[in-house]
Amino acid sequence: MLRYVIRRCIGVIPTMFVLMTITFFMMRLSPGGPFSTNRKASAEIIANLNRHFHLDEPLWQQYLRYLWGVLQFDFGPSYKMRDYSVADLLIQGFPTSLKLGLAAILISTLVGVTLGTLAALRRNSWIDYGASTVGLVGIAVPNFVLGPLWQLLFGVMWGLLPVAGWGQSWTQMILPVVSLALPNIAYIVRLTRGSMIESIRSNHVRTARAKGLGERLAIWRHALIGGLLPVVAYLGPATAGIITGSIVVEKIFSVPGIGRYFVEAALNRDYTVVMGVTLLYGFLIILCNLFSDIVYGVLDPKVRYE
Amino acid sequence: MSDSPVPANPAPPPQPAAAGGAPILSVRDLAIRFRTADGTVTAAADVGFDIRAGEIVGLVGESGSGKSQILMSLMGLLASNGHASGSAVFRGEEILNAPARRLDALRGASMSMIFQDPMTSLNPYLRVSTQLVEVLERHRGMTRAEAMAQALAIMESVRIPDAARRIRLYPHEFSGGMRQRVMIAMALLCRPALLLADEPTTALDVTVQAQILELIADLARSIGTAVLFVTHDLGVVARLCDRVIVLYGGRIMESGEATDIFGDPKHPYTRGLIDSTPRLDERSHGELRTIPGQPRAAQLAPMGCPFEPRCPHRVVRCRTERPAPQEAGLRQLACHEVRL
Ligand SMILES: Nc1ncnc2c1ncn2[C@@H]1O[C@H](COP(=O)(O)OP(=O)(O)OP(=O)(O)O)[C@@H](O)[C@H]1O
Ligand code: SF4
Ligand SMILES: [Mg+2]
Repeated sequence: MLRYVIRRCIGVIPTMFVLMTITFFMMRLSPGGPFSTNRKASAEIIANLNRHFHLDEPLWQQYLRYLWGVLQFDFGPSYKMRDYSVADLLIQGFPTSLKLGLAAILISTLVGVTLGTLAALRRNSWIDYGASTVGLVGIAVPNFVLGPLWQLLFGVMWGLLPVAGWGQSWTQMILPVVSLALPNIAYIVRLTRGSMIESIRSNHVRTARAKGLGERLAIWRHALIGGLLPVVAYLGPATAGIITGSIVVEKIFSVPGIGRYFVEAALNRDYTVVMGVTLLYGFLIILCNLFSDIVYGVLDPKVRYE
Repeated sequence: MSDSPVPANPAPPPQPAAAGGAPILSVRDLAIRFRTADGTVTAAADVGFDIRAGEIVGLVGESGSGKSQILMSLMGLLASNGHASGSAVFRGEEILNAPARRLDALRGASMSMIFQDPMTSLNPYLRVSTQLVEVLERHRGMTRAEAMAQALAIMESVRIPDAARRIRLYPHEFSGGMRQRVMIAMALLCRPALLLADEPTTALDVTVQAQILELIADLARSIGTAVLFVTHDLGVVARLCDRVIVLYGGRIMESGEATDIFGDPKHPYTRGLIDSTPRLDERSHGELRTIPGQPRAAQLAPMGCPFEPRCPHRVVRCRTERPAPQEAGLRQLACHEVRL
């Protein structure tokens, strides 16, 4: 198991390298540059700025320069937000994004697994239909529709919750977290329900019943692990969904995380910021996948011993 | 192994095998029906038999004849669309459709079952030790340490080599034969009065099959456990069983002592089975699949004799009139044409 973890950790390095390289060149392929939208600046000033940030060098040279910086954990300055380095921006925004994302993952896992398991145990009951409905709505209706709808209902019409903002009161967290969690809850409910139903019907759970263990032990000890493995496997990729979702949700609810920067930076061709956010998000996704694989290995001995 | 096959146990000692003693299981008018999208499927009907302590009874019949579902109904494990009617009295207590709490006190303790598929019947996520120990904790109120010692002893008695190490392993680290031994060990842990064994060896290769069968028979005899033994394999029945029940289309065609049935098969279906089985001294095991015609689909629920479409002796009334069971001593027969 330990060897496996170490091997997987080492595997992170080439993946990050590939991610960095692809993002670097893809970004440069799109037209425009960080200073081309600035109409007030004269051609001379733009040329100066480009020279100052080495943007006049051949691409491969810029790439090597960037790579060298990253190896020393220097992600460069922001081209647009003067006086800030990329690291400053990430350090400032990341705790907020992390809090939002973790809360969303935690809530979607807890609610999703509970609802999905109950739906599987009481098939065709009101709880099953209720969970399925939540599942359908959560998957079918995107964040950028539901988010403003929540704002309108809970914030404007009923005045129950703050419409937007962050950091003044914990109630400000509710709408963004729920918006971010909902599509995941939906997915996890469906996943859990399906795999729990299969697990409850499996031969080894029948054996547990035949041993007279009683329905409770048969479910808790013998059906749950098998039923939850697909959920554990999904939690890795789910972080990718949470992260992309949080870019939208942060924008809608004016949450000062890094998702916000990402959109602006991409539009402004603020290369270094885009790279920094991509690398950070990429690293998180890889880390979460690794984590979910390890948990999977702990639960499933067949994987563990391979 | 011959002197003490199963560890000592604080449970009440089982009744010694006594031929002709009161039956420990008495099944009457058992019928099993499934609700399906296409209507009701009758998997078994009018099934009745007795099993006495220490007896090994073979239940034979082609695939789909209802063997597994009969065992499942006795264990209270029918699928949720299934329903059993009739009666099954186990040691004086009605167990058919008994409340789950009552069944849970019996299942795994005084009656247990070995399933058809050893590869999937153990929990892949838990150590074998956990899966054995929980039975003793549940039914015998043992501490973990006591239960562990007894689980180890039973692993040894089913001849799992290196049991002390293997008990800590997970099921996927066992071969099919070893997994089935674990299942047998699990079923016998509490020295049940009744063991339901559903084709315990079909999934295994031939050399292992014989060993496992002998093992079940040996252990059952030494504990005094009665066994209801489901199989396709007539050779096995002839070797191990005291009595035989021949099932066709969910109904009993013929039953009696093994020596009588094999020495003088009466029912056309039984005769077909025995004729299509290689002779026992040829040391190969015949599958019951070579009688001309197809096994009858259960859902047709024929009015007459279920074997009629394939019977070489059929007469007109076989199609419309169900043959009444004839009885002579331990022998039973349901046929219009053949007399006991
Ligand atoms: N859940 C179910 N719903 C509908 N029909 C079922 C169900 N379970 C079993 N049956 C039907 O009951 C009949 C008897 O099945 P059973 O499993 O007892 O056969 P079997 O004699 O054990 O066969 P095999 O030798 O193949 O194991 C079959 O026709 C089967 O289709
Ligand atoms: S009752 Fe008729 S059809 Fe059935 S076995 Fe006897 S002779 Fe054949
Ligand atoms: Mg079967």
